[in-house]
Amino acid sequence: MDVRLSPEQRALRDSAAQVVDRLRPRSVGELADRERAAKLDAAVAAAGWQEARAATDDGTPLASAVEAAIVAEELGRGLADAAFLGPTLAAELRRLAGAPPSESRETVALVPGLAAVASAIDGRLPEGAVAIDAAGSRSALVLVLARDGRHLAEVALSGVEARVDLTRPSVALGSPVIVAALGEKERPLTDDDLVHWTALGLALTCADLVGTMRGAVELACEYAAVRQQFGVAIGSFQAVQHMLADAVVALEGSRSVALHAAWAVDALPPRDAFAAAAVAKAYCARAARSVCETAIQVHGGIGNTWDCLAHVYLRRALLSSDVLGGAGPSLSRVLEHHGIGGGDGFR
Amino acid sequence: MDFGDSRPEATFRLRLREWLRTNNPGLPASSTDDAYWAGQAFWHRSLYDAGFFGLSWPTEIGGQGLPSVYEVIVDEELADAGAPPRPSVGYLVQGILEHGSDDIKRRFLPGIVNGRDRWCQGFSEPDAGSDLAALRTRGERDGDDYVINGRKIWTSYSDDADWCFLLARTEPSVPKHRGLSVFAVAMRQPGIEQRPLRMINGITKEFGEVLFDGARVPAANMIGQPGEGWSLAMTVVSHEREPGELGYVARYKKVVKELVRRVRSEPSRFGSEQLRDLGWAIVEAEVLRLHVCRRLSERLDGVSHGPEGSVDKLLMTSAEQAVGHAALGIGGAAHDGGDDTWLKVYLYSRAQSVMGGTSQIQRNLVARRILGLPAS
Repeated sequence: MDVRLSPEQRALRDSAAQVVDRLRPRSVGELADRERAAKLDAAVAAAGWQEARAATDDGTPLASAVEAAIVAEELGRGLADAAFLGPTLAAELRRLAGAPPSESRETVALVPGLAAVASAIDGRLPEGAVAIDAAGSRSALVLVLARDGRHLAEVALSGVEARVDLTRPSVALGSPVIVAALGEKERPLTDDDLVHWTALGLALTCADLVGTMRGAVELACEYAAVRQQFGVAIGSFQAVQHMLADAVVALEGSRSVALHAAWAVDALPPRDAFAAAAVAKAYCARAARSVCETAIQVHGGIGNTWDCLAHVYLRRALLSSDVLGGAGPSLSRVLEHHGIGGGDGFR
Repeated sequence: MDFGDSRPEATFRLRLREWLRTNNPGLPASSTDDAYWAGQAFWHRSLYDAGFFGLSWPTEIGGQGLPSVYEVIVDEELADAGAPPRPSVGYLVQGILEHGSDDIKRRFLPGIVNGRDRWCQGFSEPDAGSDLAALRTRGERDGDDYVINGRKIWTSYSDDADWCFLLARTEPSVPKHRGLSVFAVAMRQPGIEQRPLRMINGITKEFGEVLFDGARVPAANMIGQPGEGWSLAMTVVSHEREPGELGYVARYKKVVKELVRRVRSEPSRFGSEQLRDLGWAIVEAEVLRLHVCRRLSERLDGVSHGPEGSVDKLLMTSAEQAVGHAALGIGGAAHDGGDDTWLKVYLYSRAQSVMGGTSQIQRNLVARRILGLPAS
C-alpha cells in the first residue's frame, strides 16, 4: 500500500489547478461573464479531461478514476463553471457498452431526485428526468437507458433549465422521444456495468465535494482574517476558530475516503467499489453540507446575501451530493452491504 | 496510488491471519474490562515475539524497519479476528527516538518495544491539565541523582509500570515552558505511591494517580537535555494524537463488527434511529482507517506530522464517539442488570475527547497552526 499520488498524478493536479485558477469565477458577478466561462470550458475541453473515461483500443479507459477525481477536485475547489461530470459519466457509459465515442458534447440524464440514471419506457423518457451538468447550448445530447434498461439511447437536450448549482445548470427534460439508439455494435450493459458506473459517479462527486469544501474553507478563513468586530479580526475568536477547525477535520476525513473510493473504481470488483463509494459519499455529503454552512455562518449577514460566494459553494455541494444519492441513500447502501436492509426509514 | 497490498504485504497479512487463528488471547475489550489491562503485557510480548509488533521501528531497538503501512495491516487483521488492539507505546518510542541520547535509547527502547518493561506516562497533574506547562512536580539535583516530589494524575497503566516517563520542573526560575525536563524513573522504589482511578465505566486499571515523595532518579536517566522537557513532551503528545500510532482503528472496527452481527441476528428489534447510528459508526470507523493509510503513506516522503496530528485526533475522537453512540443505541444500557458491555463501551468513549489533549485544545491548534488564524 502506498496511497501517495504518483509524480504524473501530481503534475495533473497542478495543471488542473493552474487552468482553474486562471479562469475561475472569483465573485458572484463573474459568474455572468460569458466570455470567461466559455474560455474555461474550452480550456477544460482542450486539456482532454472530459475524455478520461473514453475507451482505448482494448476497452480500458484512457485514464484512471483517480485521475478523473483529481481533476474533479480542482474544478470543485474553483467553482468551475465548465462541463466535466456529465461528459465523463456519458463517456463511461459508452465505454462500458462498447459504443463509439460521441461526436459532440454529451451528458447523462438522471431520475428526478438524481439518485439513478434515467430509463426510457416504450421509447419515451418519463417526465421529470434531469440532464445534469448541461452547460448551455454546448451540450446537445443526453444519454439515457432504453429498451430493457440495458441499452443506451440519446435524447435531445431541451427543456427547462434549473440552476440550483449556479456553476452547473441542469435541464429538466420534459418527456422527450428517443432520438437514436447507439447502434448494433453496442453490447447490453450488465448489472455489474451499472454498479461500476454508479461507483464512478459517486467517486467523482465525492472528489468534487472535497474540492468544494477546500474552496469554502479558504473563503471563510480569508474573511475571518479581515473582518473586524470588537476591534479585532473575528478569526481570533475561539468560537469562530473552532467552527473552522471542525471544517478542516471534515475536509481531511473526506479527502482520505474520497481518494479510496476513486482508487476502488478501477481496482476492486464492481460491488466492492460500490460499497467503498457509498461509504465515501455518505461521509463527504454530510461533511460538505456542514462545511459550506460554516462558511456562510462565518460570513455573518453577508454570507446570507446572493453576492457572497459562500452560497455558491453550498449550492454546488447540494448538486454533487444528490447526484446518484446523497448521505441518506448512501448510508442505506452501506448498511445493505453489511447485510442490513430495509433502511427506508431514513432515505 | 494503491490501497492494495504489495506482494510482501499480502504475504505478511496471511502469516498474521494464520497466527491469530491460534494465538488470539480472547481478552475482553480494553474499554470495558480490567481483565484486558491485566492481560495486556502478555499480549504485547506475544505479538512481539511472533514478529507482529514494532514493525516500523528501527532494527537496533528491536523493530523491523518496515514501512509504517504494515501497522495498518496489523490493525485490520486484529480487528477482523476480534483480537485486542496492539499496545499503544508508539508515542513514547517516538519521543525517545527523537530526543534521547544513544545511551538512553540503548538502555530503554528495546524493553519498551519488546514489552518486557512496562511504562507509564507522568505528564498531567491535578492543577496542570490543558495547561500542562503549569505543572509543579519538582526534580531537584542531589549529587548524581534528582529527587522527585509532586503528584501526577491520569497516569496510564501506573499500577503495572516498571518505569515512568516523567515530566518534571528542574529549573523553577525560568519561564514555565523552559524549566522542564524528562526522566525515566523506576516505579518500584520507596517514595512512590500510586492508586488507581476508577473511571465512569468502572474500570480501574487504565489510569492512576501517582505520588512522588522523595523518589530518586539517576541524572543519567534524564531523557534529552535539561530544559528540553517541553519540546519532548510536545513530540510525545503529537504522536499520541495519531491514530496510526495508537492502533485504535482495530478497536472501533471490532465493536462495529459485533454491532452489525447483533442487528443482523434480530433485525426487527431495531428502528431507523439505531440503524442510522450504526451506519455512521461503520462509515466513521472506515474513514479513520483510510485516513491512517493516507497519513502513514505520507510518512514515506519523510513528512513528520506536527499540527496535522490534531486533525487526526479529532477524526479519531469523532469515530470513537460515533461507535460509542451506536453501541449504546444497539446494545442498550442494561437497565435489567444484564450484560453491560455496550454501556461501558459508550461511557469509555467520552474520554477520547479529553485524553491526549482535549478536543478544544486540538481545535485551537488546528485554527492557529494549520489555518493561520490570529491569536485571540
